Amino acid sequence: MADVMQKPSEELSKMTVGTPTVIVDDLHIVYKVYGAANKQKGNAANALRRIVRRQGRPEMKEVHAVRGVSFVANHGEAIGIIGRNGSGKSTLLRAIAGLLPAHKGAVYTNGQPSLLGVNAALMKELTGERNIVLGCYAMGMSPGETREKYDEIVDFSGIGDFIQFPMSTYSSGMGARLRFAISSAKTHDVLLIDEALATGDREFRKKSKDRIMQMRESAGTVFLVAHNLDVIEETCNRVIWLHKGKIKMEGDPQEVLGAYNRV
Amino acid sequence: MSQPESAVADAQAGGQAQESLAALAERYGLRRAIARPTLPAYLRQLWDRRHFIVTYATSRNVSNYSESALGQLWQVLTPLLNAAVYWLMFGVILAQSKHIENYPAFLITGVMVFTFTQRTVTGGAKSISGNLSLIRALHFPRATLPLAYAIQELQILGWSMGVLIVLVLITGEPISWLWLLIPVALIFQFIFNLGASLFMARIGAFVRDITQLLPFILRTWLYASGVFYMITDKTKDLPGALRWAMEFNPAAAYIEFMRDLLIYQRFPERWAWVTCIFWAVFAAIGGFWYFWRAEERYGRG
Repeated sequence: MADVMQKPSEELSKMTVGTPTVIVDDLHIVYKVYGAANKQKGNAANALRRIVRRQGRPEMKEVHAVRGVSFVANHGEAIGIIGRNGSGKSTLLRAIAGLLPAHKGAVYTNGQPSLLGVNAALMKELTGERNIVLGCYAMGMSPGETREKYDEIVDFSGIGDFIQFPMSTYSSGMGARLRFAISSAKTHDVLLIDEALATGDREFRKKSKDRIMQMRESAGTVFLVAHNLDVIEETCNRVIWLHKGKIKMEGDPQEVLGAYNRV
Repeated sequence: MSQPESAVADAQAGGQAQESLAALAERYGLRRAIARPTLPAYLRQLWDRRHFIVTYATSRNVSNYSESALGQLWQVLTPLLNAAVYWLMFGVILAQSKHIENYPAFLITGVMVFTFTQRTVTGGAKSISGNLSLIRALHFPRATLPLAYAIQELQILGWSMGVLIVLVLITGEPISWLWLLIPVALIFQFIFNLGASLFMARIGAFVRDITQLLPFILRTWLYASGVFYMITDKTKDLPGALRWAMEFNPAAAYIEFMRDLLIYQRFPERWAWVTCIFWAVFAAIGGFWYFWRAEERYGRG
């Protein structure tokens, strides 16, 4: 068992499974949205009238996405977050990653949680090869680490010779596999996964599940947002059900998923 | 809400009194995520990202032209076409060229040098606002983005300079030892561009309308920078303060510096050195400091 375990960092090796990695304390997130639908037409005359009357942009709205969420996540846990569209799942993940400021309350973390979101750094016009290098650098890996992991990434993605073609030629499944392979190449203390496993075939889902398990064993913490409840049931040891920005239920996957499915 | 509290109780495992989540966090050394690093730490983080900066710049250059049939050839064609258009307008139609010897070389040098600054500043203004998804997904020092955009422009400039030198030779200027100073001039200008682009990156991130306004500001700057005319011709009748302002204009200074080296074969005067170095240092320090001050707020709200 010991040789399977990868120690992500010195600090982690001192930690034991079961001590907290992420504490969310009465968290509220409010953010502004631009360009929401509005009754007036967005022409120049209306815009000018608004400026003259000193009104703000009407399409700017405040969204209270997370309303007082508290929980403690521990080393070696995989926590699934479920809920309908717009229930605040993705916002919660971004707040844990430190990418959104808390309106009220706080998120306390050990080290730097990372969102599995290397997608934004990749360029679809470039070949898979170039994107692997670009993605690894974007996550802060050194050229040495990148070379070391390169073959593993290609292998894990399982896209074979397509690696030499631009990503724009990939099917959506292949793109998703490569992205997951790149972003999971780095060892994270706390990893946040937002709908990354939705695409991909059966074999790939099994592989990514194994990788999540591996992270749990190495005392990392994984948060997983997915609409595909099977994935959550297979990988997570705890599930949080968010409803309209609040925790509706939390606990054992089967229990929570059962209740969720009955609604 | 009972579940988190039971998790707290589990973690305590010693039957202590209930403690708040904040106290629990403190006991295990967990910290709040959002904080701006100190300036030296920030510089170190940026240095650690140097491979990403260069790779990101190169990748953007490669992907920019990947859709067009002529591909990377556009890196040479774009500056050539620009020079041709301006030459047609100001050299032939408006016949500016009467007073200035070798007007084509004069004009093309001005256009290329100004374009370098113009493109870097425009890119800088979009570097944060155009990459929100990247900023919202990954942690990295945000100055990485304006830096990458500036490096990208530096790579493009490499091609433009090649074109420029060939054109200057064609117009009959001899090769000179002073050309060895060209990289020095470009380094000064690059550092200035970097500072200006960091400054604009912060403005562009919070004032969305600036991208609409910026082309007009830059065009005014272009006309005020002596790209098409000799700046000393126009300023000699002006009152002292205005004249000083026009000649102290950084873009004008970098253009004049390059023309001295490339066309007139003369060692730039002392005031030209002072102006070029002053603007580089001032913009780099000011721009970097200004950008860093808002580091934790990029991509929010």
